[in-house]
Amino acid sequence: MRLGWAIDRRGARSLLAQGFIVLSIVAVVWFLADNTVANLRALGITTGFGFLQRVTSLAIPNSWLDYTAGVSTYGLAITVGFINTLVVSFIVIVLSTVLGMLIGIARLSPNWLLSRSCHTYVEALRNVPVLLHLLFWYQLLLQLPGPRRALNPVAGVFVSNRGIRYPSLEPDSAHVWIALALLAGAAAAAMLGRLNRVNRERTGKGRRIWPLGLFLVAGPPLLAWQATGAKLAFQVPELAGFDFRGGGALTPELSAVVIGLAIYSSAFVAEIVRAGIIGVPAGQWEAADALGLRKVTTLRKIILPQALRIIVPPITNEYLGIIKNTSLAVAVGYPDLVFVVTTTISYTGQAVEGVAIIMLAFLAISLSVSLFMNWYNARVALVAR
Amino acid sequence: MADSQAPTVLPVAEYLPPPMEKGPVAWATKNLFNSWASTLTTIISVLILGNLAWWFLDWAVFRAVWTLPGSGIADTLACRAEEAGACWAQISEKYRFILFGLYPYLEQWRPALCIVIFIALYFSSADRRLWNWRLSVVWAAGLAAIWVLMRGGFLGLPMVSDDLWGGLPVTLSLATFGIAFAFPLAIVVALGRMSTTSPTARFVCLVYVQLIRGVPLISVLFMASVMFPLFLPEGVTVSNLLRAQVAIIIFAAAYLSEAIRGGLQAVDKGQSEAADSLGLGYWQKMILIVIPQALRVVLPPIVSLCISFFKSTSLVMIIGIFDLLNAAKLSVSEPAWQGFGTEAYLFVAMIYFAFCFAMARYGQGLERRLNASR
Repeated sequence: MRLGWAIDRRGARSLLAQGFIVLSIVAVVWFLADNTVANLRALGITTGFGFLQRVTSLAIPNSWLDYTAGVSTYGLAITVGFINTLVVSFIVIVLSTVLGMLIGIARLSPNWLLSRSCHTYVEALRNVPVLLHLLFWYQLLLQLPGPRRALNPVAGVFVSNRGIRYPSLEPDSAHVWIALALLAGAAAAAMLGRLNRVNRERTGKGRRIWPLGLFLVAGPPLLAWQATGAKLAFQVPELAGFDFRGGGALTPELSAVVIGLAIYSSAFVAEIVRAGIIGVPAGQWEAADALGLRKVTTLRKIILPQALRIIVPPITNEYLGIIKNTSLAVAVGYPDLVFVVTTTISYTGQAVEGVAIIMLAFLAISLSVSLFMNWYNARVALVAR
Repeated sequence: MADSQAPTVLPVAEYLPPPMEKGPVAWATKNLFNSWASTLTTIISVLILGNLAWWFLDWAVFRAVWTLPGSGIADTLACRAEEAGACWAQISEKYRFILFGLYPYLEQWRPALCIVIFIALYFSSADRRLWNWRLSVVWAAGLAAIWVLMRGGFLGLPMVSDDLWGGLPVTLSLATFGIAFAFPLAIVVALGRMSTTSPTARFVCLVYVQLIRGVPLISVLFMASVMFPLFLPEGVTVSNLLRAQVAIIIFAAAYLSEAIRGGLQAVDKGQSEAADSLGLGYWQKMILIVIPQALRVVLPPIVSLCISFFKSTSLVMIIGIFDLLNAAKLSVSEPAWQGFGTEAYLFVAMIYFAFCFAMARYGQGLERRLNASR
């Protein structure tokens, strides 16, 4: 009897507490929304996403889409910013992974000088704010000589305070076919590798397939090139007046974001890779040594595949951090999503919608990266047979 | 018979242990010239490092300009000469601006004293022997003293409004107050996410944590700077610095709560059941039994979170707050000092490094000792 009463009382109290939480949240949201509506009315701002259809005068250089300031809409500008965010994230993730992998492995080198230098690199870079890295590289790039006295490290590449200029392919409509042929060839080579692996696991015998694979990757594009007769001419940047013309260009803003973020993140990736390799039991090294495998082969075939299982979860977090850190591009004026949206907010006053767009876009990216990395993690995870 | 069973005695000398490998030559042979690959690595590393070190020394010491006659455009020409290296005169001219921002010049002993109090507080909390209730009293007194010193308005101190605060004290306040206030909030959120009786609390805490962790800090800061003023009733205003501080607290609490939740899950279930059987209530059980054990497990990850929050406070620069990094950036914005950003950024980088590296070292030591006693 008493017990039942106690349970009832506890249930009632829990219900009461939950009702209280819901009510207080509703009250706070109501209060904020009421204030916001009143404030927006006082400022003469119409709420809603109608402003996305309006024409903007925001200038975005080197856009990936057909974007012209004064003609295109805010919606298109924000799309261009979103693509820029994705592009920068991708470049930084690739660069920092490669650099971090090398430094993480080098930190474990038996050579004292090499491992100490890598240790110093990691400690010096990761204990300084990432924004400081970005600003530092940006002001350094702006201090380079002007286009007339541009540095010319490799023929055709010019480095000046207007950014990096490099030779690019003369655009031709047939290039699409060559790219498609390359893609198809690479897919065929991947299939071949897979078949060979399945076959090796079944029969214990593998074939040497790299000559055929090389042919599959390189053959189709060459054939397509011959068949379509596409031009393969390079556009070399030339000095014209006060700036270069022609060729591809990396603006100082993009270069600063990529260099700063990649160097900063590589220190963290290096630590993750190092922890992953240390996490593999020493017996694996010794067993491979006893079998007569060379160090490099041991690392590539025995240690790294096992270390990958330890590495994937923390590196997923690091990649998500990199994507979020690209939002700092706003500090050096690279037109990423955050830069475009904050400029839009200052032009139109649509603060609530703008911040909502930023948050939704980043939530969407974070969620897709988590899903992809979870799938990859499941793939490399230990399969118990 | 005895003769045939006699064991053969081997000469003893051959079984002496190999000589101990000691001394610089043995060390170098083992660590630098172990194999031909190692030797090659050593040679290449020495060449690259030597070149870098020489180039840096040449710039930072041999060709550096240490003093200038004044701070006008004409005075800084010596730094702009083709053969001039680092312009350290910029730092000696601007260090007060970088450290204290626009704080009134004659009152700058106050932020300087605040920096000392902050560092004293950090040191007093580092020693585990002092971890007891008195420490929280010391912290409350210290933070109150810092607030009084910075703001003034009584005890004969002139009032300095917080839009004039700048430099290192702002960075330290944002980080310290941010973590100090985020911590209790994070514990409540972590308990909410693990609540067994209230699905509403669980859901609310889940949405809060995932939302904040999924977006960059800068968007939370934008929310505080451009959206928050719209939320307030007419006539009510909150200063920019305070809004940024609230944003950092909200951001930090989401990350801290995830770390603390990990610790709560690591506490053995028997502890909680034992507390129940002793008749302790929910809060008594949590505060006296579960949370202390959970925090002990997650101290090392919390230290690395603190390092990352400390670095993240530099982002407030983007919404126009005068922190250490922003002060360094603005110190080279006058025409006379333009182009000397490298020196200013290296100077603040060393300050950030000193704090973060000390924290990281402390965290490593803590982890070792906690592991040793387990």
